[in-house]
Formats: sequence, C-alpha cells, structure tokens
Amino acid sequence: MNVDQEGTVAPSPAAHEAAHPSVITYIKVAIILAIITIVEVGVFYLDFNRTAFILVFIGMSGVKFTIVIMFYMHLKFDNILFSRLFIGGLVLAAAVMFSLLGLFGVLVD
Amino acid sequence: MWAFLGSECLFFGTLISTYLVYRNNSLVGPYPKDIIDVPVTSVSTFVLLMSSFMMVMTLNAIRKGDQRAFRVWILGTAFMGATFLGFQVFEFYEFAIEEHEFTKCFAEGCIEGTWGGLTPWTNLFGSTFFVMVGFHGAHVTVGVIWLISLFGQSLQGNLKQKDALRVELLGLYWHFVDIVWIVIFTLVYLIGGNDAPTDIQAYLDQGFQLVQ
Repeated sequence: MNVDQEGTVAPSPAAHEAAHPSVITYIKVAIILAIITIVEVGVFYLDFNRTAFILVFIGMSGVKFTIVIMFYMHLKFDNILFSRLFIGGLVLAAAVMFSLLGLFGVLVD
Repeated sequence: MWAFLGSECLFFGTLISTYLVYRNNSLVGPYPKDIIDVPVTSVSTFVLLMSSFMMVMTLNAIRKGDQRAFRVWILGTAFMGATFLGFQVFEFYEFAIEEHEFTKCFAEGCIEGTWGGLTPWTNLFGSTFFVMVGFHGAHVTVGVIWLISLFGQSLQGNLKQKDALRVELLGLYWHFVDIVWIVIFTLVYLIGGNDAPTDIQAYLDQGFQLVQ
C-alpha cells in the first residue's frame, strides 16, 4: 500500500499491475465473444418458439456484456467502488426502462 | 470515469426504452423485417468486438512502455472503430436512399410492394432507430478521435509509460461503447429484426393490393 501526501491509502503499483488480466486471458475473451456472436447470428435464422428465442438472445448478450466489463474493463479485479458506481448506473437505467415499459403497457403484451 | 459511464448507462437506457416502447407501433412502412440486414451488421459487430481486444492490447503495450506496439495497437483500434462507422454510414444510406421491395403472404393472399426510404421522419421505427443508433455512432466517433489524439501525442513523445492511466480511461470509454452495441445489436437486430405487422389490413390500409 502507498500513502499519499493527504494520508489516503492507494493501491501499490504491484497491486495495480495484478489488477489486469494476462494477454492470454484477453485472447480467450476475444475468442469467446466471437463464438457467441457467430452462434447468435446462427440462432437468428432458426425457427422456434418466440419467447425462447428472446430469452436465448438476452442470455447470450448478457454473457458478452458481463465478460467485457469483468475482463476488458477489469471490473472483476478493480476496487469495489468502481463496481458500485457502474452497477448503480445500470440499476437506475434498468429501473427507468422497466418503469417506462410498464407505464406504456409493453410488459403486459 | 466510472461515474460518467454510470450516467451514460442512464442515457442509453432511456433511448433503448423509447425504442422498446414504440416497437411494433409504426403505422406505415418500411418495417424492420423489410430493411434490417443482420449478416452485414453482424460483421460490423464483430469488428467492434475485436476493436475492444485491440484496445486492451494497446493498454498492455503502454503499461510495458513498448511505444512501437502501443502505436500499432492504437492505430488498429482506431481503424476498426472507423470501419464500424463506415458500416453504419453505409447502413444509414441504404435505409434512407434505397427503395425496399417486399412480398408478404397471408391467409388471404400475397401482397407485393415497394417501400420508400426510411428516415427519422418516416415512422416510429425510423425515429427511434436513428436517434439511438446515431447517438451510439456519435460516441464511437468521439472514441476514434480520442484514439487518434493519443496516437499523435505518442508520436510527439508526450505519452509515456507513466501516462498509462490516460490510455486506461480511453479504454474504459471504448469498452463501454462496445457493451452498449452488444445490447443494441441484440434488441434491434436479433430480436427486433423480424418485426412487421402480422395483419394484412395494415398493408391494405396503406394502399397495397393483393396479387394473384
């Protein structure tokens, strides 16, 4: 730990270095993202239950979304405060979205 | 940066909500099913995803003090971003300028016709689509300018290993633009790409005739 002039504790350079995944991890994530995108496009041309169709797409994009913020934005390895700031915004956005969809009766349909 | 990105979630959240609220409410065509081109947009999505990989390699290079690798990766990222924008300009042009022929078959018979171009003023789909995707494109444009700016600073010797945080902040912004596109691609292209009226009356009301 480093203590700056104002007495606040900052992570040491070594700790910050450890907060970043390795190049191999970055490559693995890129391959997973590419595979999921290819599968998504393949599923688009399949003909099956509409609700299952939507759930599959939301699930796959959720996985892509999560691994990008966890590994490329290194939220998994960073200070919890950053996660709270970002997830706070996400939760608010989701609340606005569901409120609007509910208000306009889209969720009922 | 994280607080800014949190606020950006709200910004795009409202645009996406508006798109979803007005989805399938257009009174006139063209409808998404008639003009959305999933294969082309899949390629541009792949390009943007791979630009995110290049961005993490850019950060990795500057943190190691490898200026040559940094310049190669950051230029690659900017090129991928610009390519994505090129796809978007092509898509907007196709939507707005080209005519779109269609054939729809119902129990009562088939209807053939041609839609004019889709603009923000054509119908609710056009309004919500162009505003949401356009604002995302504007964010990508800012990111590309930011990337080129850091590349220029590196050439001038004003970006060293100790300045890695500046690259990291740009990286966070770039990945955020990427994850927003992941959501837009899923909702607009994959889930909404087949949206069109299922009732023949919607077409008859617009003056189209049944063909034998």
